[in-house]
Amino acid sequence: MEQDLAYYYEVGQMGIEHALLPEQGIVVPGDLVIGADSHTCTYGALGAFSTGVGSTDLAAAMVTGELWFKVPETIKLIYRGKLRPWVGGKDLILYTIGQIGVDGALYMAMEFTGDTIDSLPMDGRFTMANMAIEAGAKNGIFHPDRITEQYVKGRARREYHFYKSDPGARYKEVREFDVSTVEPQVAFPHLPSNTRGISEVGTVTIDQAVIGSCTNGRIDDLREAADVLKGHKISPNVRLIIIPATPSIYRQAMKEGLFDIFLDAGSVISPPTCGPCFGGHMGILAKGERAIATTNRNFVGRMGHPESEVYLSNPAIAAASAVLGRLGSPEELGRKR
Amino acid sequence: MKCSGKVWKFGSNIDTDAIIPGRYLNVTDPEELAQHCMENENPRFVQEAKEGDIIVAETNFGCGSSREHAPIAIKAKGVSCVIAKSFARIFYRNAFNMGLPIIESEEAVDGIREGHEVEVDLASGEITNRTTGQRYRANPIPPFMQEIIDDGGLMKHIAKGRS
Repeated sequence: MEQDLAYYYEVGQMGIEHALLPEQGIVVPGDLVIGADSHTCTYGALGAFSTGVGSTDLAAAMVTGELWFKVPETIKLIYRGKLRPWVGGKDLILYTIGQIGVDGALYMAMEFTGDTIDSLPMDGRFTMANMAIEAGAKNGIFHPDRITEQYVKGRARREYHFYKSDPGARYKEVREFDVSTVEPQVAFPHLPSNTRGISEVGTVTIDQAVIGSCTNGRIDDLREAADVLKGHKISPNVRLIIIPATPSIYRQAMKEGLFDIFLDAGSVISPPTCGPCFGGHMGILAKGERAIATTNRNFVGRMGHPESEVYLSNPAIAAASAVLGRLGSPEELGRKR
Repeated sequence: MKCSGKVWKFGSNIDTDAIIPGRYLNVTDPEELAQHCMENENPRFVQEAKEGDIIVAETNFGCGSSREHAPIAIKAKGVSCVIAKSFARIFYRNAFNMGLPIIESEEAVDGIREGHEVEVDLASGEITNRTTGQRYRANPIPPFMQEIIDDGGLMKHIAKGRS
């Protein structure tokens, strides 16, 4: 108020920035964006070049309007095939990081392409771009298309531009994945690259499930969780924390009746916020506790005690696991898609 | 500028939560951050590391968060230099901006063991292992980044350019 900031979001209007800024049309396709948060790479989903920096770099750019960049080399990732039930953007990016490692795209741009990507909804694209940093990448970028256009129309507060790679672009590396056989993925402690298919997780009991964050707190994510939770109660041994990422996602979920499903199942619904993902608040893990989370990092002590464990997954797997009391899939609950 | 000290060795993918756990996000006092530096990774480090000591790590050091707490905690602990095979991108920028010297050298990391006494000449990129007598070369620091270091960090560098 005192500083007369145009884009200041007080409690009641606030949300997780990487969901809020695209939703409010503040970040648009073709932008070059820096943010003092490593998951700033999320806006690559719109076809914006966006990357995380420290707060000193950010302050320098605010003062001078400039910042130095090295043009990154690019790794092109081509995804082909129809996705299996309960498989989405989160599974594709976890699978990719599992294949290339947490420094597999170090200093590079990840370009996500292929027919699977062409039909991937925006929310799935945001999830994928969000986790590019987990492979060490500078950014993760999509070619803007009809799906992008539909999302941006009516939101964008400025003119936007669709940029695509040149047909003859040079790539540091090109990788192709047939994703028609990829199952829902779970990243085991303590790295996002430590992935397994859901059929290979064995018996891992959990104390907490978190559905939310800048990675998976959007409306499609909440719908997916509700699809699984409908008619079920969560295990008495599990806390299920659901966090819609922005006020408008919160309202939309309420309107669609998702809150009834979540509350009937026995979960707690948080106001839009960050928190449990980095052990901040709302579900900090105690010694020896295990959580499944739709967040993006499972480093040692990330969600609380150094001897706690975090397993990363998509919202459907997190919801099913909350019901089962252990890592598991919606199919075990008789849910078909 | 030369740094010298005893080596603390770490593995690959030392993330920012390992360097300084996210639960200390609200701490801004560098001295307090230093007391928790690497506490999950090697509790002895916090107790025993001395002014001037050097961190040597494998690949992708500093992956994860953009919070500057990570280089600030290392610097406040008195670490004079970090040598790694590679650094995560945001940490790399932050370290320079905060005035924490870091250099990349595969051969140095392979040749240096925990407890070795090592000297680093930042200007020439030459690393000397005083324990074994071996010498290693580091990847050169780009000239414009050298300028940022010479000016004492990004803020001072910018202030200089505007004065």
